[in-house]
Amino acid sequence: MALLDKHAKVEKNVTLLLVLTLITVAIGGLVEIVPLYTIKNTIERVEGVRPYSPLELAGRDIYIREGCYLCHSQQVRPFRDEVERYGHYSLAAESMYDHPFQWGSKRTGPDLARVGGKYSNDWHAAHLADPRSLVPESVMPPYAFLYERNLRPEDYRAHLEANVAVGVPYSEEAIENAAADMRAQADPNGDHEALLARYPKAAVGDFDGQPDRLTEMDALIAYLQILGRMVDFTDVRPEDLTQN
Amino acid sequence: MSDSAVAGHPVASPYDDGPIRLLTAATVFWGVVGFLVGVIIAFQLAFPELNLNEPWTTFGRLRPVHTSGVIFGFGGNALIATSLYVVQRTCRARLFGGEEAGYFLFFGYQLFLVMAAWGYINGVTQGREYAEPEWYVDLWLTVVWVVYLVVFMGTIMKRREPHIYVANWFYLAFIVTIAMLHIVNNLAVPVSWTGAKSYSLFAGVQDALTQWWYGHNAVGFFLTAGFLGIMYYFIPKQAERPVYSYRLSIIHFWSLIFLYIWAGPHHLHYTALPDWAQTLGMTFSVMLWMPSWGGMINGIMTLSGAWDKLRTDPVLRFLVTSVAFYGMSTFEGPLMSVKPVNALSHYTDWTIGHVHSGALGWVAFISFGAVYFLVPKLWGATRLYSVKLVSLHFWISTMGIVLYITAMWISGIMQGLMWRSYDQLGFLQYSFVETVAAMHPFYVIRAFGGVLFLIGALIMVYNLIRTARGEIRDEKIVLRGPAAHRLPAE
Repeated sequence: MALLDKHAKVEKNVTLLLVLTLITVAIGGLVEIVPLYTIKNTIERVEGVRPYSPLELAGRDIYIREGCYLCHSQQVRPFRDEVERYGHYSLAAESMYDHPFQWGSKRTGPDLARVGGKYSNDWHAAHLADPRSLVPESVMPPYAFLYERNLRPEDYRAHLEANVAVGVPYSEEAIENAAADMRAQADPNGDHEALLARYPKAAVGDFDGQPDRLTEMDALIAYLQILGRMVDFTDVRPEDLTQN
Repeated sequence: MSDSAVAGHPVASPYDDGPIRLLTAATVFWGVVGFLVGVIIAFQLAFPELNLNEPWTTFGRLRPVHTSGVIFGFGGNALIATSLYVVQRTCRARLFGGEEAGYFLFFGYQLFLVMAAWGYINGVTQGREYAEPEWYVDLWLTVVWVVYLVVFMGTIMKRREPHIYVANWFYLAFIVTIAMLHIVNNLAVPVSWTGAKSYSLFAGVQDALTQWWYGHNAVGFFLTAGFLGIMYYFIPKQAERPVYSYRLSIIHFWSLIFLYIWAGPHHLHYTALPDWAQTLGMTFSVMLWMPSWGGMINGIMTLSGAWDKLRTDPVLRFLVTSVAFYGMSTFEGPLMSVKPVNALSHYTDWTIGHVHSGALGWVAFISFGAVYFLVPKLWGATRLYSVKLVSLHFWISTMGIVLYITAMWISGIMQGLMWRSYDQLGFLQYSFVETVAAMHPFYVIRAFGGVLFLIGALIMVYNLIRTARGEIRDEKIVLRGPAAHRLPAE
């Protein structure tokens, strides 16, 4: 085979070997990833998906920090059993502001893509603190320490700005009010009007049973309570969901 | 290599072996750390009380310590050690940049590992599987990796052999592809220059495919191409036979590196990733079976005319069994990438079992073989302290693997079937937590398999320490089984 005989050339020139290797390994990624940016309907045309409120974003950061994604997926597949167990199958649009995505790869615990609104705040707090007090068969670690850790709302402006830098459309106003919004969301007596205008459907009130404190438990539950609730599926037409 | 070297003392070698000794020791160290943490988190899944009540002792914080410990600690050090050993010998040239460059690689890479692990237990993570280290750790690894590429390429340029040996093609593809994957997948914007937290440049569906393009090729290039470099040098050396087919190795190399990159979408079947990408990923994953088995055949058939050595040489047994496990995993992988199969296997322990048949059977076994080959040579011992202990290590580890993967097959397939099971009235038959409870016995068996694997590694540590000291155990190597007397007379 003549082609194989010519291979000797590559075997004697390491620069050539390097360049050919790089070209060979670059092709697959380019062909698969670039169109996800150029084909418009990769992200379905649905209403309601918005950036996370500062408290939800803080909760999401805790979700990442604790490695929740290692046991919980956030991606419902379009199967009868999954849709019955968890709800409508997941859309690409629903994670379009997720930096990074948290679809997960393993379900040691159940999928959480649509856990928002399914359990009360009290249930989540008690379950996170001591999972087996509510679900005896659970193998989840306890996260009682979240009760003890205070959030620092002033820090979160910088987090919103970093999200803007990667493309999340937070308004100037949202950035200005990051700390105030964070406090208001977890304050049962707070004024929620401006917050809900910026972040529709956000769960508000005291989350962790400690109304005088703003803790990581508040943030994580606020995040869990919005999961899967942004898109109203009663308004969605099938043709809006087609991807190429 | 000098034959007059005093056993137990570093050999006066025409090559820069000082850093390779340290990298070999680090391979063994991180192996034990990674296996130990793996055993701990396996027991946590069986007995969740073991999560204790500290943040840093929870499964979520420790699991990346296990995965990074074994992949980047154990596997990474094995790759750097063996590549620097192989490239010098096959090029008949010392390291480009000298010993200093090698020591920089050693210390720089260990610093990366320690920063990563310290971050994980303190909750510093990007939340990207197998790419958990935060931006500052990623930047440091990039520096170390560029030095690695320069040292490796430079050594090849200095070679006194006309041809670049096949093992070096695989090592080079591993180094340069990992550089590409690492840089692109870790693009992120830090919240501040003095803080650890960053947000990834990509979001949602694009981020998912970028991450699994990285993730699957961490398997394809870190855990496969690099270790195929080990296969192409150490199996011919230990068997004292040439590589089975030179032409097959050319086809193996180019087809493997071309096809692997496409396979990432099979991690995202039935998700919000568009169907065309899923189908493409599945198709290439199935095609990948061919170069994988081509490589396996090239490795195993290298034993042509030397099969008898498998009975007497447990080091060769590690090397060859690893290639057999490679063949098994690379058959199972394409099978699991087929969408209807994946519909059952995805999100279950079947994936965990599959990964471990590759990680324990292929990656760890070939690394053990290479380390058993290297330590006597690097420390100037005439031979290993005990060949019998190598054999014991082999059998204990093999039993551990078998327990591990069979437990995960059963639990994975069972859980997948339970999730989709309906009762006579058409309702879901099991609540989620009932499927969790059903996993318990298999999690116990899996943890026990991990304990066996860890014990095997500790036997290796003992054997290697005594080998490095130049000690030799007084033992007769007895041939058992269909014995030599049944062979035809010569």
